[in-house]
Amino acid sequence: MLWEEEIVGGSHWSGVLRRGTVLRLTAQADDANVAALFYSREQPLERYNMADTLKAQHIAHLTTGCVCYSDMGRILCSIVADTCGWHDPLCGLTDDTAITARYGATRFQEQRNARYVSGREAMLVELGKYGLGERDLVANLNFFSKVVVDDAGAMHLRPGNARAGQYVELRFEMDTIVLLHAGPHPLADGPNYRPSAIALRARRGEPPAADDVCRTRCPENARGFINTERSYG
Amino acid sequence: MSLIDTVIPAGEPWIGTIRRGQILRIVDLEGNQAVDTLFYNALDTAEHYSAQNTIQAQRGIYLTTGTVLMTNRGRPLLEIGEDTCGRHDTLGGACSAESNTVRYALEKRHMHNCRDSFLLALTRHDDETGPRLTKRDLPSNINFFMNVPVTPAGGLRFADGISAAGRYVELRALMDVLVLISNCPQLNNPCNAFNPTPVRVITRESA
Repeated sequence: MLWEEEIVGGSHWSGVLRRGTVLRLTAQADDANVAALFYSREQPLERYNMADTLKAQHIAHLTTGCVCYSDMGRILCSIVADTCGWHDPLCGLTDDTAITARYGATRFQEQRNARYVSGREAMLVELGKYGLGERDLVANLNFFSKVVVDDAGAMHLRPGNARAGQYVELRFEMDTIVLLHAGPHPLADGPNYRPSAIALRARRGEPPAADDVCRTRCPENARGFINTERSYG
Repeated sequence: MSLIDTVIPAGEPWIGTIRRGQILRIVDLEGNQAVDTLFYNALDTAEHYSAQNTIQAQRGIYLTTGTVLMTNRGRPLLEIGEDTCGRHDTLGGACSAESNTVRYALEKRHMHNCRDSFLLALTRHDDETGPRLTKRDLPSNINFFMNVPVTPAGGLRFADGISAAGRYVELRALMDVLVLISNCPQLNNPCNAFNPTPVRVITRESA
């Protein structure tokens, strides 16, 4: 184990996870949600790409064996374990308008650190710490949330997807700036604002073997690992 | 702002500006041609089309008549009016040399692709009123006339097109909009029916 830390429900976090590190995110309460974004530490212009992640793996949800692609054909991180089973890459972030409409207006002056922070505000603040900003705020993913798309294309958030104690493990394949916000999912119904805390636990992992569950999930991922390993060769 | 009527050959980019209230028509001249498209607030390009804001606002992934395209700041950018195709994609993104190596083969890097077209168009767009756009300004785009169905089980694929020769989609600009198009050169999947063809872009004043 390298370190442990808890993200207080409703708050945001960022840090650098080195290639080879495994980060476990554990839901501390039911119906958790964690918005996440990934950027190359070496060149943050290389960043998580929703479309490349979806189309390379023919998926509209993430679970064990899936990887998060950068826009440069490389793998930022891989999902090596997942007791939850479905994470949402589609729906994006809340913004101030949505948070206020759903849960009411709050300010630090009255609510102190219990004030409500939108996903967009959380990400813009964390981006700023690395010299990044609005132009770098690309499509994100939401861990622990399940959104089903029906045959007509309508999106439905499924409550009860994540239970307290469930976790997902990310193995970083590149040195990565990680942004996290433990806030409500954008499709969550109000009016109760109860964002779950998220436990973080980092450990050193093994390099992905030839029979690794992510590498062997599909031929596309095998090539994604080759691209990534070449850049560290 | 003068009205536009131009044909974009297969595999070429196009960049232009339309004024608030004008209507942009994109015509799939020969059928099943993906038109990768991004929209920006012409006065402040840090505000641009957002796929996630758009599908979140309508709680649905497919774009068609009535869809309001939203910006990253949660504001209406354009609205889709007449649409004789019926469904457009905003999850599949643009092809790139790098993603082609992942999706098809490491040897496919040399093939022409939409992101290269986007980047080339941005080098030609020397707008003296604001900073030049770069790769940093390429968020997830729209693919007009492209069919990317998602299943309730969470699968996604690039399916055969549902467009046909002469089908078109119209969009009414709700602010002054910079339009960036790559007429897709992809030859490795059915998004262009394995035969990229020209499209036509026309603007008019709203009635």
